[in-house]
Amino acid sequence: MEVNQLTAHELLDKLKNKQVVFKDIMEALYVRIQAVEPKVKAYARFKSENKLSLNPQTNGLLGGLPITIKDNICTEGLNTECCSKILGNFRPPYDATVINKLKTAGSSIFPLKANMDEFAFGSSTENSYFGSTHNPWNLECVPGGSSGGSAAAVASDEAIWALGSDTGGSIRQPASFCGVVGLKPTYGRVSRFGLIAFASSLDQIGPITKDVEDAAILTRIISGYDPNDSTSVNQDVPDYTNNLGKDIKGLKIGIPKEYFIDGMDVEVKRVIEEAINKLESLGVISSKVTLPHTQYAVPVYYIIATAEASSNLARFDGVQYGYRAKSDNLIEMYKKTRAEGFGEEAKRRIILGTFVLSHGYYDAYYLRALKVRTLIKNDFDTVFKDFDCMVTPTSPTPAFKIGERAADPLKMYLSDIYTISVNLAGIPAISIPCGFTKKGLPVGLQIMAKPFNEEMLFRLAYAFEQNTQWHKIKPRL
Amino acid sequence: MSIDKKTVKDVAHLARIELQANELEKLSRQLQDILGFIDQLSTLDIEQVKPASHILPINNVLREDKPHVCLTPDKALENAPSKNGNFFSVPKIIE
Repeated sequence: MEVNQLTAHELLDKLKNKQVVFKDIMEALYVRIQAVEPKVKAYARFKSENKLSLNPQTNGLLGGLPITIKDNICTEGLNTECCSKILGNFRPPYDATVINKLKTAGSSIFPLKANMDEFAFGSSTENSYFGSTHNPWNLECVPGGSSGGSAAAVASDEAIWALGSDTGGSIRQPASFCGVVGLKPTYGRVSRFGLIAFASSLDQIGPITKDVEDAAILTRIISGYDPNDSTSVNQDVPDYTNNLGKDIKGLKIGIPKEYFIDGMDVEVKRVIEEAINKLESLGVISSKVTLPHTQYAVPVYYIIATAEASSNLARFDGVQYGYRAKSDNLIEMYKKTRAEGFGEEAKRRIILGTFVLSHGYYDAYYLRALKVRTLIKNDFDTVFKDFDCMVTPTSPTPAFKIGERAADPLKMYLSDIYTISVNLAGIPAISIPCGFTKKGLPVGLQIMAKPFNEEMLFRLAYAFEQNTQWHKIKPRL
Repeated sequence: MSIDKKTVKDVAHLARIELQANELEKLSRQLQDILGFIDQLSTLDIEQVKPASHILPINNVLREDKPHVCLTPDKALENAPSKNGNFFSVPKIIE
């Protein structure tokens, strides 16, 4: 096995025992990137003729281990453009809190940033200004989105591990499509300072990794209170690796019946049922539960998320950074800058968000959505009184073809039907590989837990993973 | 509820986005579809429900009113498309 194919925890052991050095890891990654990046396109702004350089951050526990960062997380001096024309050539003057934490822990920030849907608006990475990323398991398929670049880079061994962000499924759905592990932490667990905001009440940064242990290690590094993010929560961060290997016998697992509906791919259904059987054979007690307001999650999300986005994206006006269109008139300059700088989906969401917040429509849309959000959260609270976890598919289908849903925004929005509720309720959830379709596309199992109970997710996910082989199968590229 | 082309045009102006005629046409149709889908929320009785403006029980987070380190003017202006001394420069606002 090549060095770049190893997990972070395997490499940390090898670094410690001096079986590999930093340079070996970087060289292996570069060789791999030169070979497969022209097909996968996981990275934004990649040019094969440019030699990448990196100064290792070898102090600290991580021994310089490189990490790939999504293009919407600020890295000082390193282009961070949200894969949008409007942030063209933006080099942040500061690091996001998660980047600071990674550097302190001894991680090297990989000099290429991961591709994504523009401003994280999408479920396929087709909305990137730099073009689509391709799924390593089938290059004609999307990698999912919006953190499709991060997930594809990890799946194709072009990265050791990566950070993504998740507003409605943007870590879990691409992790599921690419056959890797992805976690959305509890809202408030990880600081959002330096994450270019999409929907501030929903966004969380989280890990995309090759296995559960890596996700546990990375989550611990990036979590914790940050005075720079007033919504981060001052609560101790446990060592999430402590619970790995703990018995799962007797854990009570809810299976929400609203997640097993018509329209769900039959092969996904089969794979998920097999995964649930596997968990039962390991001793969990599962029963059907109900989340009665599930069908309202997507409409609620597309009101709240677009409303917040329209407000957050007001800052891109050609004044302080990024692209500016030529005009002698200020208002014209704003309008042309935003017309030329934003892609189609960004414009659609900003205009929808502006509409639901505007006078005369606010009560009918935005306020109503906030109230239904309460009902959705209450559904989860009720189930979690009696259950330790819930288990569902991450997505109703495996990866779809590039272009297949691009013309129909509503169809694209429904890709996130199983992941969106988690963000609305603020709870943590993980997606782990749990099998394949007949055509060889990965399927992800989603596990949800109570707020701040990431330990439970890791415990259950690890037990499943260690008793299956799915996470060890690699795409052939 | 429905949305017509004039409303989309007005909202686009509020959002400071210039739309071409073909964009306006397409966007109006798509927003009409999306709002049609969203309208299923109107079937719920939510009279007595409190809005979830925040999902965590956090209120009024304050910090001490003390000076702290912030970006220098040079750093803050590094990415400006146009600047003049220590200022961002924009087209003339007042005639």
